[in-house]
Amino acid sequence: MASVLRFRKLCYVESAVKCTSVGYESFEIDEKLDEKEEDVLSANNFALEINKKRKQPKRQPKEWRCLDSCCWIIGYLCTTWWLLLFFYHCLPVTLLRVPELPGPGVRLKREGLTALHPVVLVPGIVTGGLELWEGRPCADGLFRKRLWGGGSFTQIFKRPLCLLEHLSLHYETGLDPQGIRVRAVPGLVGADYFAPGYFVWAVLIENLAKIGYEGKNLHMAAYDWRLSFQNTEIRDHALTRLKSKIELMYISNGYKKVVAVPHSMGVIYFLHFLKWVETPPPMGGGGGPGWCAKHIKAVMNIGPAFLGVPKAVSNLFSAEGKDVSYIRAMAPGVFDSEILGLQTFERVMRMARTWDSIVSLLPKGGEVIWGNMDRSPEEGHVCDFSKKSHSKTSLTTNNVNNSDVKRGFLVKDLANYGRIISFGKPASVLHSSKLPTADSKEFLRTSTSENFNNFSCGEAWTEYDEMSRQSIQNVAADKAYTTTTLLDLLRFVAPKMMRRAEAHFSHGIAENLDDPKYNHYKYWSNPLETKLSDAPDMEIYCMYGVGIPTERSYVYKLSPNSRCKSIPYQIDNSVHGEDGSCLKGGVYFADGDESVPVLSAGFMCAKGWRGRTRFNPSGIATYIREYRHKPPTSLMEGRGIESGSHVDIMGNFALIEDIMRVAAGATGDEIGGDQIHSDIIKMSERINLGL
Amino acid sequence: MSSLRRRKPINESSDSKHKAEEEDEGHDDVDADGDDDVNGKNKKTPSKIKKKRGEKPPKQPKWSCMDTCCWFIGCICITWWLLLFLYNAMPASFPQYVTEAITGPLPDPPGVKLKKEGLEAKHPVVFVPGIVTGGLELWEGRECAEGLFRKRLWGGTFGEVYKRPLCWVEHMSLDNETGLDPCGIRVRPVSGLVAADYFAPGYFVWAVLIANLARIGYEDKTMYMAAYDWRLSFQNTEVRDQTLSRIKSNIELLVATNGGRKVVVIPHSMGVLYFLHFMKWVEAPAPMGGGGGPDWCSKHIKAVVNIGGPFLGVPKAIAGLFSAEAKDIAVARALAPGFLDNDIFQFQTLQHVMRMSRTWDSTMSMIPRGGNTIWGGLDWSPEEGNSCAKKREKKNETQIADQAGSENAVCKAKSANYGRIISFGKDVAEASSSDIERIDFRGAIKGHSAANTTCRDVWTEYHDMGFAGIKAVAEYKTYTADSLVDLLHFVAPKMMARGTAHFSYGVAGNLDDPKYKHYKYWSNPLETRLPNAPDMEIYSLYGVGLPTERAYVYKLSPHAECSIPFKIDTSADDEDTCLRDGVYSVDGDETVPVLSAGFMCAKGWRGKTRFNPSGIRTYIREYNHLPPANLLEGRGTLSGAHVDIMGNFALIEDVIRIAAGASGEELGGDQVYSKIFNWSENINLQLDEEIPVHSSS
Repeated sequence: MASVLRFRKLCYVESAVKCTSVGYESFEIDEKLDEKEEDVLSANNFALEINKKRKQPKRQPKEWRCLDSCCWIIGYLCTTWWLLLFFYHCLPVTLLRVPELPGPGVRLKREGLTALHPVVLVPGIVTGGLELWEGRPCADGLFRKRLWGGGSFTQIFKRPLCLLEHLSLHYETGLDPQGIRVRAVPGLVGADYFAPGYFVWAVLIENLAKIGYEGKNLHMAAYDWRLSFQNTEIRDHALTRLKSKIELMYISNGYKKVVAVPHSMGVIYFLHFLKWVETPPPMGGGGGPGWCAKHIKAVMNIGPAFLGVPKAVSNLFSAEGKDVSYIRAMAPGVFDSEILGLQTFERVMRMARTWDSIVSLLPKGGEVIWGNMDRSPEEGHVCDFSKKSHSKTSLTTNNVNNSDVKRGFLVKDLANYGRIISFGKPASVLHSSKLPTADSKEFLRTSTSENFNNFSCGEAWTEYDEMSRQSIQNVAADKAYTTTTLLDLLRFVAPKMMRRAEAHFSHGIAENLDDPKYNHYKYWSNPLETKLSDAPDMEIYCMYGVGIPTERSYVYKLSPNSRCKSIPYQIDNSVHGEDGSCLKGGVYFADGDESVPVLSAGFMCAKGWRGRTRFNPSGIATYIREYRHKPPTSLMEGRGIESGSHVDIMGNFALIEDIMRVAAGATGDEIGGDQIHSDIIKMSERINLGL
Repeated sequence: MSSLRRRKPINESSDSKHKAEEEDEGHDDVDADGDDDVNGKNKKTPSKIKKKRGEKPPKQPKWSCMDTCCWFIGCICITWWLLLFLYNAMPASFPQYVTEAITGPLPDPPGVKLKKEGLEAKHPVVFVPGIVTGGLELWEGRECAEGLFRKRLWGGTFGEVYKRPLCWVEHMSLDNETGLDPCGIRVRPVSGLVAADYFAPGYFVWAVLIANLARIGYEDKTMYMAAYDWRLSFQNTEVRDQTLSRIKSNIELLVATNGGRKVVVIPHSMGVLYFLHFMKWVEAPAPMGGGGGPDWCSKHIKAVVNIGGPFLGVPKAIAGLFSAEAKDIAVARALAPGFLDNDIFQFQTLQHVMRMSRTWDSTMSMIPRGGNTIWGGLDWSPEEGNSCAKKREKKNETQIADQAGSENAVCKAKSANYGRIISFGKDVAEASSSDIERIDFRGAIKGHSAANTTCRDVWTEYHDMGFAGIKAVAEYKTYTADSLVDLLHFVAPKMMARGTAHFSYGVAGNLDDPKYKHYKYWSNPLETRLPNAPDMEIYSLYGVGLPTERAYVYKLSPHAECSIPFKIDTSADDEDTCLRDGVYSVDGDETVPVLSAGFMCAKGWRGKTRFNPSGIRTYIREYNHLPPANLLEGRGTLSGAHVDIMGNFALIEDVIRIAAGASGEELGGDQVYSKIFNWSENINLQLDEEIPVHSSS
């Protein structure tokens, strides 16, 4: 850069000397040649004199110029930088500190709140750190270093394939592969920050500490979030440890019951725990039927995924979920580039499919909850919120050039949320009678003929490789899938994964909860197939953000068939609805916290468990606390103190205040009972579930 | 750090700003270059250029002055980045290749070796870290510690010590009266294995052992770090943090989740005493103890593998408390040459450190126990006759030949009086007891020194003593282990009042005396019985072959205001009696003398004694210190030093074998290099239950 500039300047000087355009031209030619060809150049009469003048003084600086000005610049920058850094460190700490908004902790301390009930934090999926305990040679030197979360993800960049290998589980068993042990990072550090500066629990912890919480009455129930819930007990005794920790805190804090604060998937993990702990030993924890009543004051679910999230579907189906795992958050940087060759998505998908826990997030309750082909509980939901919160341009520039779609349908462009996956936009809007019936039996009849393609695809094996082209087409043929048929679909496209995972999770609705089969652990994490424990004094809170468009159903298309790009389906990004429609980029949005739709987060507290129902025989009190999303007003606020999005809500001051008040002894009624902004009550009423 | 800093100019968000600068510089550069060029021409054809661009030359000096500097720095930076890049691009196993190329193939780490032998994780393992090695983090602090929430104050990089030293000292100190948190400050131990795996980056404590255990299959569910706040007295860790309850619950959990297999406990340094306290606590009934019942230990503990255990205290603790001069009882002193002795604190460094460490009750747990019975009186000590011959042999063989021939008798007479732990003046240390005139200090009246008010906040109890008191202390000339406790009571009455509520230093007359049910006796092996657990095993693993502080020669320091009135007389040297720089040393692991580490297992608990009524088997495993053969070995795989021994391969192998199920016999029983058994014989301690003898006052 500098040298080019310099050259131009020289030219300018020379031409000034010569004052003739001819000379200038010849000089330019000379410049392109090397010094050694001076003799040749000397033939040029016009330029001879100038060359002599130029070359001799230039010989010495020429060695300088090129590299040295670079050095000079870098040296200059470094010096300035160091100086600034030095000043920065010399400054008193208080001067530079951004005047932090006094969190609710300080205020509540002034009000006189002190730590009363011990608090257990249960992190959700992907936010917990994982560290290596035993690995292949490629992971040398990473012993007890974090592979996931916490530190920087530098290792992903350094040895991506190695990391993927270590983070994957065994495809058949869902446990450790041979010779690899990756374990959850224990303690508060396990999930306080996901990445440096990206808090998860840190803000809550800090505020709790203000009123006197510390290691002895604050516990992070870290578990390996990749495993199915029962497997965390089988492999790591995570549930036993949690039980023992809760009992210890209960005793050592003067027999004060524990307040549990699960987040995201941690909510259903804790639900599983509550059933597990009261079940007799071989399968459960043997705590006896009164354990929960004795030890737990309240369960404060943050962003609960009680009934699953549609995102999990797209994630499993095509590895495209927007952020059920943060993999996708990092995607623009890493995964879309070609670091891993062309198979990034396949590899990620393969890894994610070995994680049983993602299956736990599939929508539960089937068509009763999530709606069928023609109706859904969110019916009539108007997506005007998306226009407000998002930039106006994105919606107005939607070009409605779907020529193949009839105008008639667009007029009545109400989202059929019930169709969680539709192939092509028509399938998503057509009336059900006009659609080819998606008969689940049909899949079973289709023979999965061997596809010999898979040998050429290297290691990135996903179960799609085993499907024949024909069956891939069959799946797609202009169909729409509801939550029930969706499970059949997944069983068809990934039979091994579903066989493995469905031994641990169930997604139905119980007819008769007294059926002895419901004693099996696979039902424990499904609120629609278990009874809450007999603990009338316990309280259950559903705390979640609203006001952010949340993925609810998808429009898919077949992806252009390339040889090894083996995921045959992808979200049809080109499909957009009209203004006011909830369809954007192939995704139908509903109200929620960006990950969990309101329906999933709120239904159990709003209706399923409200009062004495068959799911809640002892009448445990439930409270809904919704927090309307407000984006941060200024940059200084970081991720906002009023955010309602799935993870950022952990820094929402109102939510933190609620948790602290409950931890300090308040009951649900004292903090104000329900606080509802969304249509959750109306939606719940539309759901026809026997209670 | 440096790499970070250097990368920042590129990565920083203020990139754009810098780019702007860069461009500016670029332009300047062009100008400068152009000028230079023109100037160059100037020399050749001065007349021609001068005519046209005569105004340029004055700019010339600019390039040579600052720019060469910049250029130079730039060059260095670029080389550095290049090297850094190469380093990062280098395969991780490369350093190992280099090392192996130089030193020959390294021996397999014990974990790998034993895995090949087929050993597998069996008994869960509990680590109990010692003093100062555990990390402490801030949970609530004063304003000056803003932004340090849940950051490490102790352990890690110690960055804050440099940045805000006074603030740091304030937060690390405890309340002088209660020995608990000062108002508004909560500093808590870091929990989990990270608490003490590394003390500072690169300085391992437990990390090597953990890594090797992991090789044979240990992981988080089978390992537990019993981190506790090592500043507190042992019982206070329970009162404030319920640490003992947590350890109890965790051990029970480990046993339950590992199929009923008992735990192997591995305490290190002060953790040894802490765990001794724990074993008594857990079986004691509820209000004061853990209520585990009389067979808790036998049900839950397979073996206690003590590493470098100061069972009977360490003389270093005395020097530390008396004059803040112990060489490394607190690693604060290890940092000393770098910064504690210079003027950051305006000359009061040592006082600050002393004031801080005197608020730590735990340092008092390390005061020598057992009095004269164990540590020797004015004229005798168990280590008697331990001329430093062994060490001299190594150093200089000819010298010893000379002396052995001619001055044998003199030499014997001059053997060190280790029993006199503190003497004032070298002559006192060497004189026979009848020659020493001692004036009892106990009744001496403490004056008030005027210095008190000028010393601002650096208050140590010495300011309350006045000249008279200080003089009285020095007049008493020499102190044995018994009178030392009195001395400390005299010079630091408040501290000792706090300390004696939690610790005791005597030898029990009659262990059935109900007073021994009090917790203050639990950490003193000479005043408690071991639990009733005949199947349990107790190991004492420690290094030998390093000179270890045993007794001191003191002098009155030139009296400056606000200073500590006593200091070690570093000018006192004596080849024959192991006296060097005012310190008599004996065999040990650099911190704990062999006597303290080995006596209980060699004699006090050997067989069925009154301290060990159920006859728990004891084993001594000594490891002879060998310094690392070359720099590449780091802190050595054969080290016997107090902390470095945690990386000793032989010790790790023993620990792993025990954890994998081996008994003491299978390990090879005792392994002794020192004269611990001889020395133990010299100690006349009643071990039979029947005839209680009051051996100490």
